[in-house]
Amino acid sequence: MATVKLTIDNNPVEVEQETTVLEAARSLGISIPTLCHLRELNQVGACRMCIVEVEGARSYPASCTLPVSEGMVVRTATPGVRAARKMILELILSDHPNECLICIRNGHCELQAAADTLGVREVRFQRMSRRLHPKDDSGSAVIREPQKCIYCRRCVSVCAGVQGVEAVGPQLRGFSTVIAPPYNLPLAESVCVNCGQCLLVCPVGAIYERDETASVWAALADPAKHVVVQTAPATRVTLGEAFGMPPGTPVTGKMVAALRRLGFDRVFDTDFTADLTIVEESNELLNRMKNGGVLPQITSCSPGWVKFIEHFYQDLLPHLSTSKSPQQMFGALAKTYYAEEAGVDPADIVVVSVMPCTAKKFEAGRPEMQSSGHRDVDVVLTTRELVRMLKEAGIDLTRLPDEEYDAPLGISTGAGAIFGATGGVMEAALRTAYEVATGKPLPKVDIKEVRGLEGIKQAVIDFEGTPVKVLVAHGLRHARTLMEKLKAGELSEYHFIEVMCCPGGCIGGGGQPIGTDSEDRRRRIEGIYRVDKNMKLRKSHENPAVIRLYADFLGRPLGEKSHRLLHTHYVRRSAHPVLTE
Amino acid sequence: MAQLVDDYDRESLTCFIQTHRNQPASLIQVLSHIQQTAGYLPKPVLVEVSEKLGLSLTEVYSTASFYAFFTFRPRGRHNIVLCNGTACYVKGTGAVRATLERELGIRAGDTTADRRFSLDVVRCLGCCALAPVVMVDKDVYAGVDPAKVPEILNKYQ
Ligand code: SF4
Ligand code: SF4
Ligand code: SF4
Ligand code: FES
Repeated sequence: MATVKLTIDNNPVEVEQETTVLEAARSLGISIPTLCHLRELNQVGACRMCIVEVEGARSYPASCTLPVSEGMVVRTATPGVRAARKMILELILSDHPNECLICIRNGHCELQAAADTLGVREVRFQRMSRRLHPKDDSGSAVIREPQKCIYCRRCVSVCAGVQGVEAVGPQLRGFSTVIAPPYNLPLAESVCVNCGQCLLVCPVGAIYERDETASVWAALADPAKHVVVQTAPATRVTLGEAFGMPPGTPVTGKMVAALRRLGFDRVFDTDFTADLTIVEESNELLNRMKNGGVLPQITSCSPGWVKFIEHFYQDLLPHLSTSKSPQQMFGALAKTYYAEEAGVDPADIVVVSVMPCTAKKFEAGRPEMQSSGHRDVDVVLTTRELVRMLKEAGIDLTRLPDEEYDAPLGISTGAGAIFGATGGVMEAALRTAYEVATGKPLPKVDIKEVRGLEGIKQAVIDFEGTPVKVLVAHGLRHARTLMEKLKAGELSEYHFIEVMCCPGGCIGGGGQPIGTDSEDRRRRIEGIYRVDKNMKLRKSHENPAVIRLYADFLGRPLGEKSHRLLHTHYVRRSAHPVLTE
Repeated sequence: MAQLVDDYDRESLTCFIQTHRNQPASLIQVLSHIQQTAGYLPKPVLVEVSEKLGLSLTEVYSTASFYAFFTFRPRGRHNIVLCNGTACYVKGTGAVRATLERELGIRAGDTTADRRFSLDVVRCLGCCALAPVVMVDKDVYAGVDPAKVPEILNKYQ
């Protein structure tokens, strides 16, 4: 590719054409403040924080959208540029609530950081308050606080570009502009799938998860309650980040220890029911293949994805596996099987999940999810909420010993662990389906074709003469591509499709650390496969606790009890928000 | 509130929208046509626009709500336009507006539930000598003060 030579702050630099001045400056180690810019995702030039001086230009252009050109002379921090940036920031702050001390993003806010970096100590404009659009806490998972929005549009870009949902966009104009669903409807009435990808990129506290730590604290403090916790596969490779560990560091044992210190009566693992999901789902697949059922079967463990297909591809719902997600299988069993074994009244059991996901909050509240006779999962915490609880309790993860999960709902295999990464459910399912179908051991446990960050992946696995064709998609925009093909009848030779709502799978879920980027995703995926590699057992159907569960309680996969506790059904939703005239 | 029957010809709108099927770039043109024929942009018609043109409703409403030309409520039988240009503003449009809004029970930009009146505030009607000016349909009222408002409204049923 052709290159371009320019100087930035007197440093000559040669970069590829099409590079922006911002990137060129960064390559020299010069940092220019930004607020709206987000690499690869949002280049809209909305905030003007990144302005620079360009010799010969009449005004200060925004460097994040300015392509380099031959001989350009750029200065990034002249007194004029700095004064203008400060003024821009003061204007942004002039209608921003002064609520840092009690804001969910206190200490982790890009606007706060920018004010600090630029040394803003006063706002010279009359303060205006934007009370026009009140807080929207209609959603079970995602809350919007438009007063804090700085209109960077990152959420809009992600919701449309990465997820293909377009639940929110700029509405109205001028001072009344709001980033919201059409008609400024509450999120709960929109097509929002609760994935939380928007809040991972929001620079401020304008979108965030519903914090449910208070109800967990209350349950833990109530001696009449038996509080059990389950931890999702993907939380063990991200929890450490808040305690200074590099992304992808497995902290399984320390997380278990931390949860015990918080006072949970039992610490269990969603990996256990991930194994169970695999056994049910791969039997369902083989059953559909043998008996002419609807194929390709599509995975159903990602609640954002489930709501997406319910809204946009209702006619394809019969393709969805009826198997519940691991979180919900866990809840149903905790209040039946485990309650019986432990001799505890299920009415006294509180099931808490620690999830990488905001959509799991919505899933747990679905009316179908009460097959134990109670709400199966009582409270869902995201990884971030668990971090908050640990910090509040003064528990330093790094100083804890490694501890083991409790039996029996804490026993798992490597197949359960890889559920956290895109392609993982497929790989785990194939490990089991192959052996159940052929009765022979799988020659190669690692199915590398379905791993990695490519948007859509495919593989063909030879089941002793029967080729089984599979597809994997992550990020709903890629799922949409596949659904369009399926609708057009182009995927009829495929047997199984895995869809995970979030890019990278659950390791990049909306409940994970704010600011998650592709590099974080890559490292967390590595961490997940490391966890798998180090397990003695790596196939779900070999999990001894699962085998015992079938022998003592469930009977057989797809049996009557499984059907009642472990399978579900779906609802048809509208492709548009609820509109009442 | 009584249920009001749609007073626009849905079928002919559907035909028009149909001619722009899968042409997202025609959005503004389609919206203008609907605004001009129906007098506003009814929700169900916007849903149809979004489906036929291949755009999300978020995008359609985003565009429509950006332009002051588009409205989202059916118009009233009588259209009140209040001037808020510099001269009228100085001469006390604010008080007139407050009275109108109180009498009608609506905010500027909206229509009364019985569809008797719509109320709009515009920048300048161009007859500053008459400030503050109110227009109802084609009638111009000059030098309006709040006390005159009920009397003016009474003329229109
Ligand atoms: S969003 Fe940031 S700047 Fe605004 S109140 Fe919260 S912490 Fe402070
Ligand atoms: S949670 Fe997901 S679907 Fe909902 S607004 Fe955010 S990005 Fe869009
Ligand atoms: S809600 Fe957050 S991400 Fe969306 S535009 Fe506002 S500040 Fe940006
Ligand atoms: S970062 Fe460049 S305009 Fe916002």
